Amino acid sequence: MSARLACVLLAASALAACEREERHFSAEVQNATGGATAVRRSSNQPGMALGGLVKLADRNISMYDDNAYAIGEGKRLFRWYNCSGCHANGGGGIGPALMDSQWTYGSDPHSLFDTIMQGRPNGMPSFGGHIPEDQVWKIVAYVRSMGGAVRSDVAPSRADSLYPGKPENFRSPQPAIQQGVSQSEQPLSPLR
Amino acid sequence: MNPGVHDMLAAWGPQAGHVAWLWNIFLAICTVVFLAVLAALVLALRRAPRIDAPAPPDLSTVNVPEPRLRRSVTMAVAITIVGLLVLLAASVFTDRALARLPLRDAVNIRVTGHQWWWTVTYVDGPVSETFETANEIHVPVGRPVVVQLHASDVIHSLWIPSLTGKRDLIPGRSATLAFRADQPGIYRGQCAEFCGFQHAFMAFEVHAETAENFARWRQLQLAPAAEPAGAQAQRGKQLFQSIQCAMCHAIQGTLAQGKAGPDLTHLASRRTIGAGTLPNDAAHLASWIADPQRHKPGVNMPANPMSGADLAAIVSYLGSLK
Repeated sequence: MSARLACVLLAASALAACEREERHFSAEVQNATGGATAVRRSSNQPGMALGGLVKLADRNISMYDDNAYAIGEGKRLFRWYNCSGCHANGGGGIGPALMDSQWTYGSDPHSLFDTIMQGRPNGMPSFGGHIPEDQVWKIVAYVRSMGGAVRSDVAPSRADSLYPGKPENFRSPQPAIQQGVSQSEQPLSPLR
Repeated sequence: MNPGVHDMLAAWGPQAGHVAWLWNIFLAICTVVFLAVLAALVLALRRAPRIDAPAPPDLSTVNVPEPRLRRSVTMAVAITIVGLLVLLAASVFTDRALARLPLRDAVNIRVTGHQWWWTVTYVDGPVSETFETANEIHVPVGRPVVVQLHASDVIHSLWIPSLTGKRDLIPGRSATLAFRADQPGIYRGQCAEFCGFQHAFMAFEVHAETAENFARWRQLQLAPAAEPAGAQAQRGKQLFQSIQCAMCHAIQGTLAQGKAGPDLTHLASRRTIGAGTLPNDAAHLASWIADPQRHKPGVNMPANPMSGADLAAIVSYLGSLK
């Protein structure tokens, strides 16, 4: 009897561990982040500029760190939205590298989310209002995987295109060195 | 004008005609083989010894070596080889016939397969006269069409059953397919290589038109998007360029220049949306924009929660893009 119970418990725990495989197609709760709002910190915006405030993260947890599908989506969106145009495949170029331990505006999920939404001075566009928040969280999870911050069984494996480096699931975690984490130290760029 | 045929056996062009001819030969020979096998089976069943036979079975020949069925086996092998040779020859001649389509004065198109829709680029003429559309191929009647096939993510296959056979679109490679439509009409096409969740909803249409209609359509497609007339459509244009639509979609002549999704410059001139998933009218368009996942789960377009007024403005703008 206890063996049967153990089997049931084991099966239940195995099923509970399937978050890695879950695929949510419909709109998620993350689509309407209830966080605070803040001004944009960049006049660069994709498409036609939006006025008004942008939403900030309402929690400091990367929602999709355990979901391989969502991180794969983040990887796709990283290219689609041309993050790779400046950050390359994480090695940086025009923008800073995302796979090392140097973080200008903080490496925690909250900071990454805010950086994408608000933009940052000297180039990083403000994507708030231009990308659904749900997708921003997916990109956050993917950016974290670039530096080895998510589990290797969840991180994306070999890319579809040519890439000479190690795939994300082969990277070891880079302990973040926080630099200039305080956003208030940064001067506000003039807004249009 | 037919309402949209999707029938491999109804050939509306020379290429599909060759394929249908080959299919008929295969059908005939396979039917003969099938009937012969069934006949042999019935014969064997009839000749088999029966357990309730009145007389005991004759066991006198049990220890005598069985006579070798040399003649019948030789005949069966010969017939099989002849049948296979006929099929082989038919395949070779069909291939040659398919390759012999005259390509003078051809329309050149590049089709790129994506999960789960098609980019169609008309590459004839100088670069300024090339243009892009999606999920709808227009061709002039009687002129050959040469299609370069590419894929951006996984393997797809282009199939227009009433006009031509399939050809795969393979990432990193290019293939060519040539066909000709001999009668005006709408021909349905479909991805024929399983490519993910929504493979079944990866359709497109080929519109074969007279030369004048094709030239008119081509001129229309070359023009940038029309400036919307009403205040609501104007607001829709502003919205489209500023919110998430512009991240993936392009409307030529505006700031929306995304390359990840279908080009919407002349969306209202197309018959369907979502790669043949829904008819292109205001109600379906609104429902699709609000939540594409409801119609095509897994599609890369996210749900777009927005107010009813905003949605109506965007739908009104898109409806004006003739």
